[in-house]
Amino acid sequence: MIGQDIRTLLRRDTRADRVVPPTGFTAHLTLFVSGAMAFLAVFALALSLAAGRLADRWASELAGAATLRINAPVEQRAAQTQAALEVLKQTPGVASARALSAEEQAALLAPWFGPDLPLDTLPVPQLIEIIEGEPGLDTMGLRLRLAAEVPGAVLDDHSRWREPLVDAAHSLRRLGWISILLIGGATAAMITLAANASLAANAQIIEVLRQVGARDRFIAGAFVRRFTWRAFFGAVVGTILGLTGVLLLPEASDAGGFLTGLGFQGADWVLPAVIPVLGAAVAFAATWSAARRKLKELS
Amino acid sequence: MIELENVSYSYGGGELLRDVSLQLQPGSFHFLTGPSGAGKTTLLKLCYGALLATSGRIAAFGEDIARLDRDQMALLRRRIGVVHQDCRFLDHMTLAENVALPLMVSGRADESHGADLAELLTWVGLGSRMDALPPELSGGERQRAALARAVILSPDVVLADEPTGNVDWEMSQRLMQLLIELNRMGKTVVIATHDLSLIRAAKSHVQARVLRISQRRLHLAGADL
Repeated sequence: MIGQDIRTLLRRDTRADRVVPPTGFTAHLTLFVSGAMAFLAVFALALSLAAGRLADRWASELAGAATLRINAPVEQRAAQTQAALEVLKQTPGVASARALSAEEQAALLAPWFGPDLPLDTLPVPQLIEIIEGEPGLDTMGLRLRLAAEVPGAVLDDHSRWREPLVDAAHSLRRLGWISILLIGGATAAMITLAANASLAANAQIIEVLRQVGARDRFIAGAFVRRFTWRAFFGAVVGTILGLTGVLLLPEASDAGGFLTGLGFQGADWVLPAVIPVLGAAVAFAATWSAARRKLKELS
Repeated sequence: MIELENVSYSYGGGELLRDVSLQLQPGSFHFLTGPSGAGKTTLLKLCYGALLATSGRIAAFGEDIARLDRDQMALLRRRIGVVHQDCRFLDHMTLAENVALPLMVSGRADESHGADLAELLTWVGLGSRMDALPPELSGGERQRAALARAVILSPDVVLADEPTGNVDWEMSQRLMQLLIELNRMGKTVVIATHDLSLIRAAKSHVQARVLRISQRRLHLAGADL
């Protein structure tokens, strides 16, 4: 029943719509506000989705791995590395463990020290990469065993810096969604203002319509249709401009880090299409509510 | 059809009408007269629900007006055609669209009304002015357009508030003739006017009851009219 009412209200009726004068600042205001808000909503959505992807990636990529660092004098390093590998081999929850080669360690340090680092001359600890498996790694138990058998071993399960990063990414995602809600609220407020101004400016027309037997539904419908379609068209333009802006952002790359990944991927590109519909829905609800209130006031 | 029982109306602390009783029977013709500010417009507004009585009861077509919600009031107004003194129109719509407005708001605009509309506008002498905008119309044309709009839904009652207020004598006679024709079609007609000469001229053509408002009360006018 409500769906049918909404369809009836939104159905274009050029003759009925003509009762509201077609021009006025409220028309421009509605178009501009819905366009600008849709533009911002596209970026908020892109931010939220990118932050979500980042949080998921960090959580999944880093959660399944740990690093063991052997801080031992050079003459003991190989023996302690071997001992640590033995311990790891017997540890439940370790799918695989391997010592990084000198070349791999040099590559890790290359961004800071350059490619020609003489690794043998520096007290660089040996790194062992641990890949977790089922039933999961008991880090506390492993630390105790390593402390007893490999005194120079330090286990880093990445949780110390992974959790704040994942939390930050989740917070960014939340901020993105909150921004979208605020944008929706601001749109509703602005369109309510515009609708109220339009209703007040057309009070005489409303009076004439009432005198000739118009129901509130007919009068409100003329205003609701006008504002809903304007908001929809404004939001379509704003969304297209927003998507163009997102398209012009640099491609996601490891070198660029998080900022270059601020965009849509795969099926995410469909989501911005919802923005004009939501904009229209917000305008519909705001104008309907404003019209009902104003018509009650004017009676 | 429309019945007022001991109706009083006050506004801003002042009483405008006191203890008014009136019955508008189907097919009757009434003149409502009195000096400017006597309360003629107020009484008409009470009849079609634009104002609600402070006390007393007003019934239209058997329904107590005070109990009607806004939707029911809208339906009531489709049965009562009103010609206002200031002939309010939607200035951005053509004369034909303005006259057809009651059809549009009642959802009857699709009932092949084009021919009927043209016939109605021809009846009031505006057949050639259909595409004119209201600001382009003369006072007499506006009054006739307002009359056409008031009767397009074929209402049971036509209330006309000073319909000849802004027109010359010839045009006022033409308008009176249209209202008398409506009455002959069975419509109840009430005309509020302070122009006694108009009433005298009309009385030779129609059986009319003349009511006068004075001292906030409604009286049957004497034979001097």
